[in-house]
Amino acid sequence: MSNTSTVRAEKGTMKTIDLASETVTDLNHALHEQANEMTIEEWEVLNPKGHHNLAVGVDQKLKIDIHGHAGYYCAGMNKEAEITIHGNVGQGVAENMMSGKVHVKGDASSAAAATAHGGLLVIEGNAGSRCGISMKGANIVVKGSVGHMSCFMGQAGALVVCGDAGDALGDSLYETHIYVKGSVKSLGADCIEKEMRQEHLDELTSLLDQAGFDDDPKAFTRYGSARQLYNFKVDNAGAY
Amino acid sequence: MCGIVGLYLKNPAMEDKLGELFAPMLIAMTDRGPDSAGFAVYGDAVDDGVKLTLRHEDESFDWAALAKSVETDLSTKVDWFQNSKVAVFKVDLDAEIVEKYLEENHAEVLIMSSGKSIEILKEVGLPERIVDMFKLDQMKGSHIIGHTRMATESAVTMAGSHPFSTGLDLCLVHNGSLSNHNRLRMELERDGIKFDTENDSEVAAGYLTHRLQQGDSLNQALEHALKDLDGFFTFTIGTKDGFAVVRDPIACKPAVIAETDDYVAMASEYQALTTLPGIENAKVWEPEPSTIYVWERDK
Repeated sequence: MSNTSTVRAEKGTMKTIDLASETVTDLNHALHEQANEMTIEEWEVLNPKGHHNLAVGVDQKLKIDIHGHAGYYCAGMNKEAEITIHGNVGQGVAENMMSGKVHVKGDASSAAAATAHGGLLVIEGNAGSRCGISMKGANIVVKGSVGHMSCFMGQAGALVVCGDAGDALGDSLYETHIYVKGSVKSLGADCIEKEMRQEHLDELTSLLDQAGFDDDPKAFTRYGSARQLYNFKVDNAGAY
Repeated sequence: MCGIVGLYLKNPAMEDKLGELFAPMLIAMTDRGPDSAGFAVYGDAVDDGVKLTLRHEDESFDWAALAKSVETDLSTKVDWFQNSKVAVFKVDLDAEIVEKYLEENHAEVLIMSSGKSIEILKEVGLPERIVDMFKLDQMKGSHIIGHTRMATESAVTMAGSHPFSTGLDLCLVHNGSLSNHNRLRMELERDGIKFDTENDSEVAAGYLTHRLQQGDSLNQALEHALKDLDGFFTFTIGTKDGFAVVRDPIACKPAVIAETDDYVAMASEYQALTTLPGIENAKVWEPEPSTIYVWERDK
């Protein structure tokens, strides 16, 4: 739908939604109304106070600033919008994101960008466990560290961690590229350290650049799938 | 799903407002647990003897008569007050003596908690109703933990509500579900631990009681719990001097902690912390899996 939308919004038009007086449903309805025709480009959300489901299902090139801490599933299913959270977020930020950018100024709880197909998630603080679980093409850049089981069953896209990674990184990994600058507590099943070739340095450089972080790409280690769990091996039949 | 909240005041000047600060935290977790709610408040400690929280189903139960018979039969003095269906008895004797007397002579009265400062209050119903029923917002004290329940493993009853007493001045609230509670209950019953319900969280409480009876410190008991309890849990454990938080190794059940110079607060979700003073500038983080956090004031 959004590809065919007409952009009518005048530059500088901005709407403020204060959740001290309006509901989360009011906010999401107002944002969804922009899907077919954008009349207001910039949005500001005040007093989020940990509410869940803020700015979910947005389908338009909106710029949304959430001032404060958000609850679960913030910016979930995002398409095209650039959503910045000036605080922490709960579980499942940008879950199933399709495109656009979600930027968390604070920390993120578990399952950040779970199953996300596209777009960029930037976390300036730390992310909890299962960051990028089953990610399907999105890119995630975390300035801090990520918790255990991050990138579990990651299928496509890239996870960049400027800090450390917790236990079982990349367990049952498919083709997500993982780059970690700090230490990795342990690797999950079928996840191995891999050679950093020029194409990977280029990808990493570009992602750090998009996130606005100045970490040296050469300081990172790449991890990927050993591709040993892709197919059923008849030798393992006895184990079932 | 259930909700957990806890508030520990570092600043004694705020103790008069403990209930007022805590009531909105408990109510904020209604979405996570609308079935029943309860809390354990620590304050108004007795120097000698024991403080018991007692409950009788009948709100017009004659507590004065019970106090009188305790005084006569045990040759002691009882200082008491009533709050809805419960009464707090302060008795100048050892906990064991008073508990044994009540169990043998007044079995219709339930002992909700015993210790120097703990009071456990819980009922079936919306958290807001429980707050009103016990006038929680007027309560004073040093720290408090609470729970809002959405039952998964057993019936919605007062007895199945949290917190569960786990010994003198100790109690437990739980968010999650335990997979091995039936087997564990059988084993604990063999060791003499008594259970009132089919509730999985009561087994966790009974487990801690057992470990502490075996001479474990609270930390050691929780270390053992991490090994022996199979399932999902975030526990908050109230102690005489503070509270502890521990999450299982997978850490599926949420928990968030906020700390300022004045307090440490924990909740299942950040929403429950938003009414606290200075929360905007508090240090906010999620407790790590398999890690025991303890906040206690100097004894």
